[in-house]
Amino acid sequence: MDVSVKRESLEAMRVFDLATTPLRELNSALHAIAPGTNDTNFEVVNPRGSHAVAVGIDQPVTVEVRGSVGYYCAGMNDGGTVTVHGSAGPGVAENMMSGTVVIEGDASQYAGATGRGGLLVIKGNAASRCGISMKGIDIVVQGNIGHMSAFMGQSGHLVVLGNAGDALGDSLYEAKLFVRGEVKSLGADCIQKEMKPKHLKLLAELLERAGITGVSPEEFKRYGSARTLYNFNIDNADAY
Amino acid sequence: MSYHNPYTPPRKSATFDDYTLAEIRRAAATGIYDIRGAGTKRKVPHFDDLLFLGASISRYPLEGYREKCDTSVVLGARHAKKPIILKTPITIAGMSFGALSGNAKEALGRGATIAGTSTTTGDGGMTDEERGHSQTLVYQYLPSRYGMNPRDLRRADAIEIVVGQGAKPGGGGMLLGQKISDRVANMRNLPKGIDQRSACRHPDWTGPDDLEIKIMELREITDWEKPIYVKVGGARPYYDTALAVKAGADVVVLDGMQGGTAATQDVFIENVGMPTLACIRPAVQALQDLGMHRKVQLIISGGIRSGADVAKALALGADAVAIGTAALVAIGDNDPHWEEEYQKLGTTAGAYDDWHEGKDPAGITTQDPELSKRLDPVAAGRRLANYLKVMTLEAQTIARACGKNHLHNLEPEDLVALTIEASAMAQVPLAGTSWIPGKGGF
Repeated sequence: MDVSVKRESLEAMRVFDLATTPLRELNSALHAIAPGTNDTNFEVVNPRGSHAVAVGIDQPVTVEVRGSVGYYCAGMNDGGTVTVHGSAGPGVAENMMSGTVVIEGDASQYAGATGRGGLLVIKGNAASRCGISMKGIDIVVQGNIGHMSAFMGQSGHLVVLGNAGDALGDSLYEAKLFVRGEVKSLGADCIQKEMKPKHLKLLAELLERAGITGVSPEEFKRYGSARTLYNFNIDNADAY
Repeated sequence: MSYHNPYTPPRKSATFDDYTLAEIRRAAATGIYDIRGAGTKRKVPHFDDLLFLGASISRYPLEGYREKCDTSVVLGARHAKKPIILKTPITIAGMSFGALSGNAKEALGRGATIAGTSTTTGDGGMTDEERGHSQTLVYQYLPSRYGMNPRDLRRADAIEIVVGQGAKPGGGGMLLGQKISDRVANMRNLPKGIDQRSACRHPDWTGPDDLEIKIMELREITDWEKPIYVKVGGARPYYDTALAVKAGADVVVLDGMQGGTAATQDVFIENVGMPTLACIRPAVQALQDLGMHRKVQLIISGGIRSGADVAKALALGADAVAIGTAALVAIGDNDPHWEEEYQKLGTTAGAYDDWHEGKDPAGITTQDPELSKRLDPVAAGRRLANYLKVMTLEAQTIARACGKNHLHNLEPEDLVALTIEASAMAQVPLAGTSWIPGKGGF
């Protein structure tokens, strides 16, 4: 490796120690990034469960968070790459527009809620309501997910290498769900669907984007909307 | 002597009146509850049940047409770097593109801008037309998060976190498939033609402690520039106001049961939530108890129709009001001009409330391009501006008569109530007495 290049990149890394620096300074610096600048590498140390770490990113910055974060880390991320070297509290990457968020540990409730784009990778488990109301985001969870995940999911993909809790995909719209393990129960209007070649291809791409190897798309089952609740019908009232 | 049974006219039940009987038959025939727009139609204690006292020997008035009576209001100075400054305390309530046509939204923006006040997005996101025609635009942050994105968050002038609304506290919504045009579908990330459920709870927070963190996140995303409003329906106004303040709100928006909706169940509209009049004093009390009255602003909505209503809401302690239904009427909703077409829809001008069906003859609550064209946004915006101006002048007229040089100087002492119910709710004396039910041991 060219040592001079390495030193240059290290020097460009801006470090924010949240033990001594207000959160406001971090987010303010992230928002002040001008398009096209090279000054895009950030490191956050001592996050100590802080809420709203690295929210509202709107440039292709890279943020390495050394520790666990509280609520809404990387909220509304639009183009950034945020890696949390720890676990994340509720609502990580909520309403993400684009970019990548990686959680090395576990994620609490509502991970990726209402996300519109980008990729959220959770290397541990995700708690309940993972991908709730998802609107285009791709979420890959290497562990298990909790109950009511992908509730009212509109579009995007949720890939789970482990098991899913109760009521998966309740009131699902067009989001596509892939689960490798057991599904405790399916929610209203969510059904298992045939895994066609195009879905295997899609899933293989998602796994590759998430950096997952040694797992075959054939090991997964696909779940989606039965679309029986799309237009109100009194005869469906018992479904909810 | 023969006895003839005297004629007694047929007697209908007060409990089972004609409307109730028709509703039972309708339910039996269709198997579906009635969905409609607008707010409650039942009679509830309201601002009509209050009167101003005006000036007397102990209170001297200000000269009409001469002495100044300020109407301006600043919203959101508690935490926001860029608070909202309005010329009139009458704002336009949140109504969505989707529920309303693009032309209707444009008209609301134009009218509000001419009058120097704000307008508000709704459940469906912000359109460029709306942003372009609204000098001051409040961006609603709703449970569905339809159309929510950071770009629009940043180009808004304020953010309104919607917890509930007066027509349906605790209820979500449903935009029926017939109103889902390509554009509406695209804005909401859903296929065309399917019913779009608007959730009743936020997907990523629950309760006041979470709300505090959510508000902090939104402030961080927008660099603490934007005022953050929290809107609640008229359910538990004392506690909801206190909790919103505790969570960090700059402004509390409180919507009574007369507040309209684009669509929900009639049973919900008519039976859940409290009248606007009953909501104001508990909310003001909460602000006063926290030492935050006038620091966190209170916007009252639900059945505001005239400058008198505005003045009464402000006298009870509100900082501003919002209008929705009245604004739609001002731009042309339910106008008798379209009576023939209302008749074809089985209704009449003034009663049309099937806003969810998208067939509005006035071109307001529709996505039908042909119907939408009927509304000229420039002329309609002018009508709204006129109406807002009249309401403001009316409120000033009353305030001057009470000797007030700012609408905010109106106070409960300026009011009396016509009924015991209104007296109890507004906590002002029954006219001609010094009695307020619930005060002084009775």
